[in-house]
Amino acid sequence: MSEKKFSKKHEWVSLDGEVATVGITKHATEMLGDIVFVEVPDAGKAVEKEGQAAVVESTKAASDVYSPISGEVTEGNKAIADDPGSVNTDPEGASWFFKLKIKDKSEYDSLMSKDEYDKFCKENPN
Amino acid sequence: MEVQKTALYNYHKNLGAKFVPFAGYEMPIQYKDGIVKEHISTRKHAGFFDVSHMGQFFLEGDETLVEALEKIIPADLKNLKINHSKYSFLLNNEGGIIDDLIITRTEKGFCIILNAACKENDIKQISQFLTKNHKHLLNNNLSLIALQGPKSVEILEKLIPGVANLKFMTGNNFDYEGEKIYVTRSGYTGEDGFEISISNKKVEKLIDYLISSEVKPIGLGARDTLRLEAGLCLYGHDLNEKINPVEANLKWAIAKKRKEIGGFNGWEKIKNLLANGSEKIRVGIKPDGKVIARENTKIFSSDNIEIGVVTSGTFGPSVNAPVAMGYVKRKFSEIGTSIQLEVRGKKYGGKISDLPFYKKSYVK
Repeated sequence: MSEKKFSKKHEWVSLDGEVATVGITKHATEMLGDIVFVEVPDAGKAVEKEGQAAVVESTKAASDVYSPISGEVTEGNKAIADDPGSVNTDPEGASWFFKLKIKDKSEYDSLMSKDEYDKFCKENPN
Repeated sequence: MEVQKTALYNYHKNLGAKFVPFAGYEMPIQYKDGIVKEHISTRKHAGFFDVSHMGQFFLEGDETLVEALEKIIPADLKNLKINHSKYSFLLNNEGGIIDDLIITRTEKGFCIILNAACKENDIKQISQFLTKNHKHLLNNNLSLIALQGPKSVEILEKLIPGVANLKFMTGNNFDYEGEKIYVTRSGYTGEDGFEISISNKKVEKLIDYLISSEVKPIGLGARDTLRLEAGLCLYGHDLNEKINPVEANLKWAIAKKRKEIGGFNGWEKIKNLLANGSEKIRVGIKPDGKVIARENTKIFSSDNIEIGVVTSGTFGPSVNAPVAMGYVKRKFSEIGTSIQLEVRGKKYGGKISDLPFYKKSYVK
């Protein structure tokens, strides 16, 4: 699997051939607080780059999760919908949100590297 | 208006508080542990809340003070004993709730705890009924600390002997660090606990002690999940000037004698509602799955007729499920009635539920 890339909306993407895995970053979970509800997309749903793809709710508020990359969803992670709290524990591992078949690899290439993302978070603490 | 801070602002900062603007104050929404842990530690051990943004309004006067206050507050103030407290409201001419409050009889008069966002208007409304025989003071030199949770009594008794003898909704003066502080056994979390009125100068010392007794600081976030699980209303959300106590399912808070005799703002309207019932009524709501029905979520009947709206909704950490309150047409208010909740354009099932969602017995 390729290295993780990051969006300004605090999602991460990793790529395995044509299939991308998308989740939210640890930084995002720290900002959200305790996650108590997750809605993931069903297989077959078409998502646009920066389009709304999933929902995450903490005790404080509901937030949309955007797809940093366009394509067709192949799988939503039902495990996190059943156990939303697991997103706080392992956001960048087992608690991915959805997988999708990508259309355009250049969208992936244009995302931030880990270093760039860390720097972005530091400069935009909120 | 400049944003205000409580005397404990820097203390909260050092405890790792995240602040939000609330009713004109910078208040902690949560600390390092986060809302769920704060909530659970309050239910299992004890937590403290800085509620100093709330108004501590003192009234003194001759025997006409009771008469004056009873025009706007539907409690039986005449028969309220010294050091006893009641949950009540300020009512407007339509019977709408201007604010909800706790009123305590003191030796010289009354103390009323008012919501922060409402306190200035409340004082204006109350003042209309006061005369030169009555004195009043919003005391900003006092902090107010709520200590809530099952261990509260054991912890506070060690510091302030005698508080364990207080019954729920009563209070008294106690000596602490060379000054008189006023402690009531009360709170807004569904737990046993106390509210401590103490000078801004001494409040840090009190908090030092609480922290040394492993009492966690609790922010507004967990205060909201705790009060909602306990089925308690939040003014500005579940209550407002257009909602009356009958609709709010709070008619128990109107004194029996006052229900018979009246003589308070909005009495004609409330009398009629007491006899005939209101069109809509506040209910508890339990969504079927994990979906959270937040404020303003529309409520539909099982056959798709819009019947009301959610006024508070969150995830209840002790119930381990989403919980909500809202107003529905009365014929749909029976416990167990199936409803639908429209969240992000989709309808999810739910049921009208008994309140509170979380039960605990108070010390009586």
